[in-house]
Amino acid sequence: MRKFNRWWILKPAVFLACLGPMVWISNQALYGRLSANPIKDITEFTGIWTLRFLMITLAITPLRRITGVSSLIRFRRMIGLFTFFQGFLHWMTYVWLDQFFMWGEILKDIIKRPFILSGMTAFTLMIPLAVTSTRKWIARLGGSRWQAVHRLIYFSGAAGVIHYYFFEKSDVRNPLAYALLLSFLLGFRAWHGMRQRALKLKPATRNM
Amino acid sequence: MLIQRASDISSSEITPENLYHNRREWIKTASAILGLTAVGTIIPACAPTVGAAGEPQAKGKYDTTEKPTPFEDITSYNNYYEFGTGKDDPARNSKNFKPKPWTVKVEGMCKKPATYNLDDLIKGFATEDRIYRMRCVEAWSMVIPWAGFPLKTLIERLEPLPSAKFVEFKTLVDPNQYPEQRRSFLKVLDWPYVEGLRMDEATHPLALIATGIYGKPLPNQNGAPLRLVLPWKYGFKGIKAIVNIRFTDKQPVNTWQQQASQEYGFYANVNPNVDHPRWSQARERRIGEFFKRPTLMFNGYADQVSELYAGMDLRRYY
Repeated sequence: MRKFNRWWILKPAVFLACLGPMVWISNQALYGRLSANPIKDITEFTGIWTLRFLMITLAITPLRRITGVSSLIRFRRMIGLFTFFQGFLHWMTYVWLDQFFMWGEILKDIIKRPFILSGMTAFTLMIPLAVTSTRKWIARLGGSRWQAVHRLIYFSGAAGVIHYYFFEKSDVRNPLAYALLLSFLLGFRAWHGMRQRALKLKPATRNM
Repeated sequence: MLIQRASDISSSEITPENLYHNRREWIKTASAILGLTAVGTIIPACAPTVGAAGEPQAKGKYDTTEKPTPFEDITSYNNYYEFGTGKDDPARNSKNFKPKPWTVKVEGMCKKPATYNLDDLIKGFATEDRIYRMRCVEAWSMVIPWAGFPLKTLIERLEPLPSAKFVEFKTLVDPNQYPEQRRSFLKVLDWPYVEGLRMDEATHPLALIATGIYGKPLPNQNGAPLRLVLPWKYGFKGIKAIVNIRFTDKQPVNTWQQQASQEYGFYANVNPNVDHPRWSQARERRIGEFFKRPTLMFNGYADQVSELYAGMDLRRYY
């Protein structure tokens, strides 16, 4: 008998869970359960979920290190691509629903407003990551170069949090919470990297 | 005037006939544009409509003939930070707010400074209906059938001295009734909420003290029992739940100006040519509509109010 492979269950389950936010907001919109300003609702919803997916993606590596469950890596690409997908939907609500493809207006917005510029930066930085997410691209670039490219997500995350901060009129509690979370997720990487280097310098302690 | 609470009116009675049509209209447009026409047509018909309320008709010379925004939208989509920063927070968190009894303290440069019971303060004022456009600084807008009386009537009753050049208003401070005022860490705004007007703006015939909408007492989330309505200015100038009126010779610092003076000024006149630093003010989304529409100078009230600002650099005095 073949051994039961739990990944056949877990991966589709996580995939379906990641579709959750989109299914929920579509349902709310179609049944008229959004507020009096549905386009604003959809824009804000897809925006905050982009940031949430981004944080989840960034949390995978620290979680692996802390819990020792290395196989979490199997979800990273999928969740990362969902981040890009949410970001794309958010970008589309702005370009399509908000500005209705008035590219001149959009360009003026980007140049004039740090709020729009930071959001556009966060999204644009995700594009190369989505493109190079395939096995083929990993092979083509080679592991370390591929990893270097994918460090762009740190900057995308920072731009995304700044974008969120600019969005709030005066209630900056949530943007600050995201800034704190991002600092933790990036700080953990820095701390872990330093510790690894330190351990390498002292081979005797490596097996501890 | 008797201020009644609306709590005994069920929502089916006060929902205007056009509401559900309107909502479905929006969904249809949106779905068609999103290429979801097939889905749009299977949306179930909502509750049957009750034609009791009828639609307010433009009668007075200041009324717009544009279609009023449904009552439900006006009372469920609000900025009233004392109740929370979400648009639905005011409706949800204002259910137990007590707009009666209500007192208003009048002070400063006038002949009638005192603490008034609201009923006494506005006794004898005839209530007028005014259908005004309302443009939020966040680039959305509504058409609201207000009921109230000109601010000028109230100011004349209080007999300001010739030295009074400005009038300042304050909203209630009551942490028991306003959840956001209970917060001490990372406060959203400094309380009380303050607004101000130049005396000639305050006595302009368009400036209204509203005590009702759609022929009903002002709901709590809309600023009960009395609020300011200045249709040519951004909505945040329309201070709600007023408890303090002060006549002064110094220009007041209004709350949003104090909060972010680069973004919000004292005048806050609707102006499509002067952008907010973070977004354009050239267009606006009328609630219930899919496409944005151009924003008009002074929100379409330029004929009535532009002389108040003759010769002023509106880029500087935003």
